[in-house]
Amino acid sequence: MALQVELVSPERILFSGEAEMVVCRTAGGEIAFLTGHAPFLGTLGIGVVRIHPEGGGEVVKAAVHEGFVEVKENRVIVLSDVAELPDQIDADRARRALEDAERRIREGDDTDAEAQLRRAHVRLALAGA
Amino acid sequence: MAGGKERILRQRIKSVQSTKKITKAMELIAASRIVKAQQRVAAARPYSEQITEVIRSLAAGGADLSHPLLARNENVSTVAYVVVTADRGLAGAYNSNVIRAAERDLRVEQAKGRSYSLICLGRKSESYFRFRGYDIAASFSGMSEQPRYEDARQVAEAITGPFLEGDVQLVKLAYTQFLSATSQKVVVTQFMPLDTEGITDAAAASDGPEAAYEFEPEPGEILSELLPRYVEARLFAAMLDAAASEHAARQRAMKSATENAEELIVKLARIMNRARQDSITTEIMEIVGGAEALRQSSGEGVDYLPDTLVSRHILPDHIDPFRMSGAKRQ
Repeated sequence: MALQVELVSPERILFSGEAEMVVCRTAGGEIAFLTGHAPFLGTLGIGVVRIHPEGGGEVVKAAVHEGFVEVKENRVIVLSDVAELPDQIDADRARRALEDAERRIREGDDTDAEAQLRRAHVRLALAGA
Repeated sequence: MAGGKERILRQRIKSVQSTKKITKAMELIAASRIVKAQQRVAAARPYSEQITEVIRSLAAGGADLSHPLLARNENVSTVAYVVVTADRGLAGAYNSNVIRAAERDLRVEQAKGRSYSLICLGRKSESYFRFRGYDIAASFSGMSEQPRYEDARQVAEAITGPFLEGDVQLVKLAYTQFLSATSQKVVVTQFMPLDTEGITDAAAASDGPEAAYEFEPEPGEILSELLPRYVEARLFAAMLDAAASEHAARQRAMKSATENAEELIVKLARIMNRARQDSITTEIMEIVGGAEALRQSSGEGVDYLPDTLVSRHILPDHIDPFRMSGAKRQ
């Protein structure tokens, strides 16, 4: 039996289908869900959600910037207000954001800039640039 | 000159025709946007359903649902109104319906001795309330036709802030629900404190914790992360509904404007044709009259045709033989 996975953002459903394994980064660290996982509810940090399809197809990756994950009865629901698939990422914009964030951190800016830096890193890593 | 009236009418017809072109174009644009807006409403639904589901799971998992956003306050002294309207008019009664419903509700609250705080979405509500001297706490514009989630987040922040600080104890949301392309309904509903009765009821019905959930981090922390997102999702849904309604209202208004223009063109064309006919008739009369006057002055005498021709008229010297002979015999 496979996991029923849904990756939902407020504006659309990014992914809906079956998968073997879902890996994401929660507040406590990376966590993987397989079938039969105990009910779980957690918050997501800034990171990449990886959805491994059954039979070892291509892994679906999405950048999420905070959100929630709920696992219940072999259903995995990932909710995120900002979630992007690799082809939706504007690499140039992310690179600019990265430079901007680095500059702000050098100038002694706060956690805001740090979050921006992490988001930019995740986006760039996913876009493969 | 007689052609003056006709020329003016021709100009009016031309101007009505160009207005018709504009309203027709707006109608078509609105019609195509309704479809898109409807799709956006549908696309946003899973998220808000799932987030409700997560809150329910949280409650079912035995988490304590106590949070400032859920706290009911009996002593309401200030009510905040979030009025969702459009930036533009030309949408029939769309804007005024929402504004009037909100104002009516506001008056009721004022009569109870409560003060208000207004948050206007869309330039129309802002200008209405500003003109009437209401205090506007915050206003947002430039997003009514195609709201993005980011917009909803900003507005949600402006609403949640005063509520959490206790300046506002009740938040009401006035917007237009999109039921179908032909039917929309203005609603004024309570927005905050969040109404989670349905959720907690479901949790209570499931006889205590249904499953041993693993929480990461603490349920309380998850809840305080989750509720602001829930607020945003609900607001976003309302904004999308309002956008779809706006397009539907605009399409209807522009459709009737186009029909009206068509009617007006027909009416004006008729008046114009009659005026032209009149002027032609007048011209003929003038020509005939003029010719008559010319002949009279050149001494040709009155031109008339006698009803009956008697020989006497043609030969004034004609002698009636019968009458003459009779006279001689006598």
